[in-house]
Amino acid sequence: MRELSLHILDIAENGIRAGADRLLIHVEESSADDRLTLSVEDNGHGMPEEKIRHIDDPFVTTRRTRRVGLGLSLLASAARRCQGDISVEARHEKGTRVTATFCRSHIDRAPLGDMAATMEVLIMGNPHIDFRYTHRVDGKGFVLDTRDLKTELGGLSLGDPTVVRYVSDVMRRALEELAAGSNLTPPMEDADV
Amino acid sequence: MFKLTLEDLERIKQKTASAMALRLGKPRATITVHLGTCGIAAGAREVMQALLSELSASNRSDVRVLAAGCLGNCASEPNVTVAVEGSEPVVYQKMDPDKVQRVFQRHILDGEVLREFVLSR
Repeated sequence: MRELSLHILDIAENGIRAGADRLLIHVEESSADDRLTLSVEDNGHGMPEEKIRHIDDPFVTTRRTRRVGLGLSLLASAARRCQGDISVEARHEKGTRVTATFCRSHIDRAPLGDMAATMEVLIMGNPHIDFRYTHRVDGKGFVLDTRDLKTELGGLSLGDPTVVRYVSDVMRRALEELAAGSNLTPPMEDADV
Repeated sequence: MFKLTLEDLERIKQKTASAMALRLGKPRATITVHLGTCGIAAGAREVMQALLSELSASNRSDVRVLAAGCLGNCASEPNVTVAVEGSEPVVYQKMDPDKVQRVFQRHILDGEVLREFVLSR
């Protein structure tokens, strides 16, 4: 995947297919540790032990539409390529939490990319699911919670494309400010030369 | 902390006032973007964003754009399924923002299936 935000979209969609109605997405960037951590937590039906032991194996999947699972094994290899790792905690019928870590300045680390686009697509495509996205850069934070947003919006619906587009535009600007206000060096956007 | 300002809300309200009441009704057409790993890697997020732009600009309140999983035709991703009330769903293959814009305008707005983009089984 060209962006970490695409991995996040993919893992979040896994959670939704697992019957979740609330998803927590967190990105943490720290210059002191030179780490980027992302996690996606859902309250879906979890994964059996057997599948978790084989997350590196692209030929293991819980799906029935095709015989290969790709998402988790791709994220695992992306993390390990950047001196990072992946962990999957799942409890049967209680949900799953996927956490991936990366060395932030690693030359092979894909840029985080357009998180506002990922959230826009998640919110619009899954109107019955609540999302909470938190992003911290060296202690400074950003929170988007669709539960709060629904209250703030009053009569306006998050099922309306104009509303969702507007929210994602505001979010994109807020994340740019968050990145600009940090001491972190910007990631290399042209990493695939 | 992310907070919409009153100004933001006013602006959104002005933009959406006309479509609001109608959107509560039953959808006449549903467009499903298949957001499996294969679809996402092939550009499905951008396809879905293009659909949102079209939907927003069209002011059509009886059309839904939803996300779903992999169809099982990973080689032809991004796949998009268009289901219009009263006819069989049509699966489009190898979509990109330009092609899906044409699908929206021709199939959804004009009711014409774009045969050259339909997934052959």
